[in-house]
Amino acid sequence: MKDKKIQDIARKLLKEKRVDVVIGFEKGTLPLSATPCFIKNPDEADRLIWNSFCGNNLANYLPKSKDKIGIVAKGCDSRSIVVLIQENQIKREQLYIIGIPCEGMTDKNNVLHDYCLICEHKNPVIYDVLVGEKVKENKAQRHPESLRDTKWQKFEDFEKKSSSDKWKYLESELSKCIRCNACRNACPTCYCKECFIDQEKPRWVGTTNNLSDIIFFHLGRIFHQAGRCTDCGACVRACPMNIDLRQFTQKITKDGKTLFNYETGLDIDVKPPFTTFKEDDTQDFIK
Amino acid sequence: MSKTKSWQPKIIAFLCNWCSYAGADLAGISRLQYPPNVRVIRVPCSGRMNPLYIIRALQHGVDGVLVSGCHPGDCHYITGNYYARRKFAIINSLLQYVGIEKGRVHFSWVSASEGGKFAEVIKQVTEDVKKLGPAKKLVKKI
Ligand code: SF4
Ligand code: SF4
Ligand code: SF4
Ligand code: FES
Repeated sequence: MKDKKIQDIARKLLKEKRVDVVIGFEKGTLPLSATPCFIKNPDEADRLIWNSFCGNNLANYLPKSKDKIGIVAKGCDSRSIVVLIQENQIKREQLYIIGIPCEGMTDKNNVLHDYCLICEHKNPVIYDVLVGEKVKENKAQRHPESLRDTKWQKFEDFEKKSSSDKWKYLESELSKCIRCNACRNACPTCYCKECFIDQEKPRWVGTTNNLSDIIFFHLGRIFHQAGRCTDCGACVRACPMNIDLRQFTQKITKDGKTLFNYETGLDIDVKPPFTTFKEDDTQDFIK
Repeated sequence: MSKTKSWQPKIIAFLCNWCSYAGADLAGISRLQYPPNVRVIRVPCSGRMNPLYIIRALQHGVDGVLVSGCHPGDCHYITGNYYARRKFAIINSLLQYVGIEKGRVHFSWVSASEGGKFAEVIKQVTEDVKKLGPAKKLVKKI
């Protein structure tokens, strides 16, 4: 049982005062759910659990924290942690990462989330201790040639649509948006103290549910996730309106890979794509 | 002279102060002819260009956008346009992905000595945007 191991590690870390808090999951208030929890007292370590409902990206709680933190991290959480370290939001030394090889997260019907189906980094990319055996990565299971196709198919198909069809889809999805900002708040790499949609001098984005403003918000947010989105799905799970945000966020991930050969959150020492350049970067779109 | 009633596109050009803006200036003093559809906004460097300005402009109802800076290697701030180029690549691709027509948003490198190129770019951009007709997709209706 992974639960027991996580509890033991957490208890030990807290007892030895190596961390101030352990961030993990506990049983949710509803059946078939888990909820993030913050354990500070070693005696409460047995609240920690692990199951296929531990979808939240716990890296979301890290930015700008001064504490020493023990954190439970599956593959995508660990990649978001890498991004946060790259962006100086947290120091590696502050963290004790309890890595968990992830077998995929499910919805309440026990169906794997679609982003878990195409995930290529189920094993944490950075950790101090690993709970359980490493799991097989998608990459190894599939023929390397066909991998790209499977993973990007949905997005390549979309690219081929006509401008008006693409726009129609964007509008039909985003017109459901109620501007609750849950997608932004659930995203570990949306940590800005003052988000561009909240800036008032001058105000960029109207706060109402005017469709043009909604689209501006989303295009802005998606653009801001370039080189940072790990496809953890937190935004999609948080959205109360079931909006297909991934159809758009995955485009920048794909472009990051094809244009700059960058994959997010794999290596602290590699520079994120917008903080560096190559002299021969693509420019065939420039006159 | 009777006023022509045909629709004329409004185009916003974000020009880097050190090259493209001077290039536009040169096109002017050389008396080069180019379509009068462009409104210029001067930016200190193409690296100063927040790519979201492009979306904001379309929201305000412009029909086309041009962003122009110094040629790679010539940036007044040495590397501003190299960083900008990456951001432009991503935003350009994202905008087309969501259905903003190819030809609405343009990028160019124009140096201070390229008055001729500036006039050419403006001609091309104006033609492309005219072909597409008025931009309606992002316009904010209140
Ligand atoms: S944009 Fe969504 S999928 Fe990407 S990192 Fe943020 S929450 Fe995760
Ligand atoms: S949308 Fe952009 S400005 Fe807002 S929190 Fe996310 S990254 Fe920051
Ligand atoms: S979570 Fe969904 S409804 Fe809320 S702002 Fe994001 S997209 Fe809109
Ligand atoms: S100064 Fe012209 S692009 Fe930087």
